[in-house]
Amino acid sequence: MSRVLVGVKRVIDYAVKIRVKPDHSGVVTDGVKHSMNPFCEIAVEEAVKLKEKKLIKEVVAVSCGPTQVTETIRTALAMGCDRGIHVEVSGKDYEAMGPLQISKIFAALAKKEEASLIILGKQAIDDDCNQTGQMTAALLDWPQGTFASEVTIDGEKVKVVREIDGGLETIKISMPAVLTADLRLNTPRYATLPNIMKAKKKKIANMKPADLGVDMVSRVEVLRVDEPPTRLAGVKVETVDDLVAKLRANGTI
Amino acid sequence: MVVILEALGLCVSGCRSLSSLAELPEMHQMMRQTCRDYADRELGPIAGKLDKEHLFPGQQVRELGAMGVMAVEVPEELGGAGMDYLAYSLAVEEISRGCGSTGCVVSVNNSLYIGPILKFGTQKQKEQWITPFTTGEKVGCFALSEPGNGSDAGAASTLARQEGEEWVLNGTKAWITNSWDASATVIFATTDKSLKHKGISAFLVPMPHPGLSLGKKEDKLGIRATSTANLILEDCRIPLGNMLGPRGSGFKIAMQTLDSGRIGIASQALGIAQAALDCAADYAHKRTAFGNPIGKLQAIQFKLADMAVAVESARLLTWKAAMLKDAKKPFTKEAAMAKLAASEAATFCGHQSIQVLGGMGYVTDMPAERHYRDARITEIYEGTSEIQRLVIAGQLLKEYAP
Repeated sequence: MSRVLVGVKRVIDYAVKIRVKPDHSGVVTDGVKHSMNPFCEIAVEEAVKLKEKKLIKEVVAVSCGPTQVTETIRTALAMGCDRGIHVEVSGKDYEAMGPLQISKIFAALAKKEEASLIILGKQAIDDDCNQTGQMTAALLDWPQGTFASEVTIDGEKVKVVREIDGGLETIKISMPAVLTADLRLNTPRYATLPNIMKAKKKKIANMKPADLGVDMVSRVEVLRVDEPPTRLAGVKVETVDDLVAKLRANGTI
Repeated sequence: MVVILEALGLCVSGCRSLSSLAELPEMHQMMRQTCRDYADRELGPIAGKLDKEHLFPGQQVRELGAMGVMAVEVPEELGGAGMDYLAYSLAVEEISRGCGSTGCVVSVNNSLYIGPILKFGTQKQKEQWITPFTTGEKVGCFALSEPGNGSDAGAASTLARQEGEEWVLNGTKAWITNSWDASATVIFATTDKSLKHKGISAFLVPMPHPGLSLGKKEDKLGIRATSTANLILEDCRIPLGNMLGPRGSGFKIAMQTLDSGRIGIASQALGIAQAALDCAADYAHKRTAFGNPIGKLQAIQFKLADMAVAVESARLLTWKAAMLKDAKKPFTKEAAMAKLAASEAATFCGHQSIQVLGGMGYVTDMPAERHYRDARITEIYEGTSEIQRLVIAGQLLKEYAP
């Protein structure tokens, strides 16, 4: 029976109003409420459900970042993961951390832990990259089932129903594989009080990227962060001809 | 906070990591967050409907049961969450913030029904009367007040006489929360009239039960999703084994139960007060008058500041009472102070919240009027504010006795 790695990212809570730093180098994170990325919650829920169905043996929650990310790992443990791995990244490395570094870490961990499945959220709500799952699969040369809205394990294969622009696509891939969770995959459970108590006793292992042979150097440099432009009022037109005329007048066509 | 408590000679080893009251221990923070998430997503959206239609939140109570919230302090072997009273206080506050009525159901089940059985019951009674009430499938109630006596609890006129292997109960209990939705009650009756309050005993009665009937549901000002009614006992027969605690200890059991229950009600009041404050503060940002959001006006700022101070100070009193209880120290005075402060904070915040919202505060489109109505009961049940003052003064004068 298999072991699943689940990635959980600590992000600014979805309900918080984001403010750009005065120097435009990023967004304000100090003193701001953080929680588990909603798509990661869905990934954890799916992994825990597979374990409850006895299709997998162990769920390991993984997070990369400074000490605070252990809170996110504990929440995953309270939802039912068996143990956690905290890959310590802080300071400049943490600010520059992106999908490439994370996927290298996950690829190394997958080999070390002999995982048969990696389940990630499809994207994080802070950077909206939607790359980590795909990159991880590529680095491992594993098949991938991204934007999963339904996952069924069938022996050594996984059937994944994917939400794509045109509708739903069903694929069958061999394990080991990488899956990324989309919104409709499941409804994450609330951590129960007894499970929060149990989570206290579960182990969180500590390691550094260097221990996994991963270099954290980023090939991407953030030049500037700005708020989106304030939305201006629209104009209503009566006919298609009016529309074309207006679009011509303001230079759009 | 640790420094202050240690200076007062109190052991806070149960909360060793509490470096300041701004930082609860991690487990408590997680527990608070899960309750807050549940309240925001599942209770907030339906609270108005539950209130308008007087609907008992049965499904939500079952879901809270599955989360362990209906039996926070009950040990895991009996089906509870096995957490401490501080965790319970946080849970009730967050649930009440979403829906004051649901918070009341949680508090009554935990403190007033399960509480005395956990403390005074035999192992067999605990298994029979607690375990089925941890899941949210069943809730219990607490029957002390009567039409003839509320604050004057020692004057109980409900009688219990022994007939062979049974107790036979006769009398009427009034204002019983959860009555129409409960599957059991802890009920107090006089077994020896000559011993006055030392002649009152506690009993466990299943519901429904022959000889026990319910009066009409009271039409209340607030917490309308809970059922409140009379319990009428007419030759209600129960086995001898249904007595809770020793004969004649009923008054003591009731008073000790209410001591703990006060922390629960204080927490419920805090949740309602916080919800009222949240509503007013949010409105202050959005509503403009005289060219600016009303939050820029000092009149509104002073109200919000006063509300925030009232809530936060009551909260610290409540946490302190809970922490003292967890440390097995005396907490009667602190629990009474917490209940008094929190209930008065709730009515104050409910009132001011409507004032901040103006006309919008008076209509049901906004939750401010519901918080105002829900808050009012917290100054009355489980010991009126007047009784709390007597309890506090009594404890205080004992400390100063020459």
